Amino acid sequence: MQILTNTKIKFMSHRRIAMMVSMILIIISLASLAFRGLQLGLDFTGGTLLEVAYPTEVELSPIRDKLQSNGFDDAIVQHFGSTSEVLVRIAPREGISNADISTQLFELLRAQNSAVESRRVEFVGPQVGEELTESGGIAMLAALVCILIYVALRFEYRFALGSVAALAHDVILVMGMFALFGIEFDLTVLAAILAVIGYSLNDTIVVFDRIRENFRKIRKGNATEVIDTSLNQTLSRTLITSLTTLLVLVALFVFGGELIHGFATALLAGVLVGTYSSVYVASSVLVSMGISKEDLAPVKKEGEQEEEVYEEV
Amino acid sequence: MLNHYPLWKYILIALVIMVAAFYALPNLYGEDPALQVAGSARGVEVDDKTLSRISKKFEGEGVQYRSAKLSSTGLLFRFKTEEDREKAKKIAETELGDDYAVALNRATATPQWLLDMNAQPMYLGLDLRGGIYFLMQVDMEAAVLKSVNTYVSDSRTILRKAKTRYLGSKRVDNDVVIRFKTAELRDKGLEILKREMRDISFNEKEDGKTFMLQGRLSEAKLKELKLFALKQNITTLRKRIDEKFHGLVEPIIQQQGEDRIVIQLPGIQDTAGAKDILGATATLEYRAVDEEHTVEQALSGRVPAGSRIYYTRERKEGSRTIPSVPVLLKKRVIVTGEHVTNAQAGIDPDSGGAKVNVSLDGYGGKRMGAFTKENVGKRMAVVYLETKQTTVLDDKGNTLKDEKGNTVFKRHTTEEVISNAVIRGHFSNRFETTGLDSVQEANELSLLLRAGALAAPVYIIEERTIGPSLGQDSIDRGFRSVIIGFVAVLFFMAFWYRKFGMIANLALGLNLVIIVAVLSLLQATLTLPGIAGIVLTVGMAVDANVLIFERIREELRNGNSPQNSIHSGYEKALMTIADANITTLIAAFVLFVVGTGAIKGFAVTLSIGIVTSMFTAIMVSRAVVNLIYGGKRIKDITI
Repeated sequence: MQILTNTKIKFMSHRRIAMMVSMILIIISLASLAFRGLQLGLDFTGGTLLEVAYPTEVELSPIRDKLQSNGFDDAIVQHFGSTSEVLVRIAPREGISNADISTQLFELLRAQNSAVESRRVEFVGPQVGEELTESGGIAMLAALVCILIYVALRFEYRFALGSVAALAHDVILVMGMFALFGIEFDLTVLAAILAVIGYSLNDTIVVFDRIRENFRKIRKGNATEVIDTSLNQTLSRTLITSLTTLLVLVALFVFGGELIHGFATALLAGVLVGTYSSVYVASSVLVSMGISKEDLAPVKKEGEQEEEVYEEV
Repeated sequence: MLNHYPLWKYILIALVIMVAAFYALPNLYGEDPALQVAGSARGVEVDDKTLSRISKKFEGEGVQYRSAKLSSTGLLFRFKTEEDREKAKKIAETELGDDYAVALNRATATPQWLLDMNAQPMYLGLDLRGGIYFLMQVDMEAAVLKSVNTYVSDSRTILRKAKTRYLGSKRVDNDVVIRFKTAELRDKGLEILKREMRDISFNEKEDGKTFMLQGRLSEAKLKELKLFALKQNITTLRKRIDEKFHGLVEPIIQQQGEDRIVIQLPGIQDTAGAKDILGATATLEYRAVDEEHTVEQALSGRVPAGSRIYYTRERKEGSRTIPSVPVLLKKRVIVTGEHVTNAQAGIDPDSGGAKVNVSLDGYGGKRMGAFTKENVGKRMAVVYLETKQTTVLDDKGNTLKDEKGNTVFKRHTTEEVISNAVIRGHFSNRFETTGLDSVQEANELSLLLRAGALAAPVYIIEERTIGPSLGQDSIDRGFRSVIIGFVAVLFFMAFWYRKFGMIANLALGLNLVIIVAVLSLLQATLTLPGIAGIVLTVGMAVDANVLIFERIREELRNGNSPQNSIHSGYEKALMTIADANITTLIAAFVLFVVGTGAIKGFAVTLSIGIVTSMFTAIMVSRAVVNLIYGGKRIKDITI
């Protein structure tokens, strides 16, 4: 089965439109992050979470009342996965040892309905939450810097900037989506975002590899044309790999259960955005920074002349 | 010749496949429901006799079991079904009584010959098998404070012994400050203290009226002190866990960083019980009862210097509640709980009442000996101290931070008198406390004494408990999504690349086997995000093959012969695959280094998957292609 072969799409002639779209999306994302903020999960905020299961469907309001009348006014009570499972969250609090809250909560629920079963308890102290936020940020930056260095060494600094621009684009858009739609951002989502960095980079490197090869091989045409040719040559691969990855991610999203939902969501969005960015963002940055054939040409033999081509910026 | 592998490459591939298949094998056997039996009372051990006793009982009641084994962790019975085990549990409990602990467990059904060759199933993380995870913070500030206080009282003893007059010695922050009347006395004191207290460096100071020595712990000593507190706490916590669960769990207790301890209790669901023994940062203090003054006097506000009012612990005995009463105790501590090495409840043959036998270590024995020698007939009390830590909230309900941005904590200490007895004679490191109201009281006291004291208070700062049903759910769901995603990719590849797609599928399947084998061999912890990592790898692993196949197609379109196209397709894609995978590995590596717990699990499976996929997608798929097409004249290939 072959489609999308021998395509001759002029990707780079649309790059201004693509840039505009990307800029708008980034602005929306940054605005959401700034004004709505991320709905940080327990891992980062600290607090207590209790997941319980009842044998049959259960109403939330009696549980809320029970907790409220026992001093847990701030308890967030919601169904989790199904109507017989309930999630209770409590912010860090003063007065009693935080480690005891989960025990107290469960005792209250059991007093109300003895058939309740504790499925999951998480308590994260405020200091741990702070550290996780910090180390999460550091992980992201460290990954970006390491990648920047590797790509700069293997290719050229403009390629490094192009790939990091694409990565930053993907990370901002995925995080922006989480902020905009108020989806909970927990530790697994952070892991997913780092995986997105890995994935999107994979895509970008494949395209860059071809651009480098073609810069050295193809004699006619300017940088933009060569980049277009490279993108067309790799288009089929880019789409097929995205498709196979999306296949398993959809399986994970649909069948993986509630605990892995955020993770699957972030990766699904990340793969889609990453595929787009490896075509448009990374390569557009190369063109904008005036990459030319000489930058990657092998050491010239004497007497050989190459046409100098510069793209207006 | 094009597309031909030397023999050694085939042998290598065959070898890798065989080894991988062997180590992946244990995962197919699954787990048996099992029952574990161990002695819970002191001195009660399980042996061959217990084994035959229970197995006879099982046979008599018609309960089928797969196998029975005696090991260091007790007896282990395996069953075919959960129902059999349920029945067996009831039988064992009634048969053995309270001196034994019976616990439900799961045991791998992998045959022994595989286990002997170190082939085990993957090690499942707590989020998959169920259990409790605690991260505990050791309060180093308190450990240092406690140590400085000891130095303060030591300095007094040393100066008194050397007959050097001093005005006072006290703790100011983390320093020992000793005041003298004259510069000469101070010089003399300095000379003695320098000799006797080598861990402390002294500075001379004056405030016009008095001459002072300011002693500070050396950096090296401070470090040693903290390390000791951490190690000692780990030992105590391990002891407490064994005490509580009778050695039926295999706890993982590890140091994390300079002042934290990670505790993992697989299979345990009794969070409250676990917290009680771990979170109880109890220490004990033996103190003299102040009998020169009365409690009534002290209660009316005239508390004598050197003494303090304490209250006894309120106890429940049957339906009767024994209320708390005030007791006046001396401030000086005779011995702390750190020095208690053992405590056992028993019956006093003379009176028939309950008693507790206590053993102290060498240092504790010496101090106790010196004290009891001069205080026979007087009373001595045991004080139980428990510290808990809570955060403080500001007006907006956020956790309060200090100027440096650190979270502010408040400590709450409970002090209760758990024993108040007359010293009957001069004793040192072995003695008994008699005159207890009941056997129950003796048992409680001995447990408190035995559980050991922590060198420094610990606080639970993170807790994750996963119920067994949720763990099983996660395994099932994770497994299902791996299978579904895998099958979807298989279909797609076969449809898209035909024959070559089938080859890629073979490589993909093998990749999954190798990942499982590597995880089993490393005994790396498989977590839920780890399964997600495997799923992601399945999706991305075909990428290498896609790159190769697209290249081959291109070469064919450019009019190259099939053999040449295959050859250069593999050749040209290789660098791209390497570049792309190395960068992903970098991201995975950063995740592994910076991430914790679950994230690490994800990074591990992702990294393993990337490396194994390079092997299967490049080498194995090439080997198969070579076997099919290599060395033949072919006109056309379907790709």
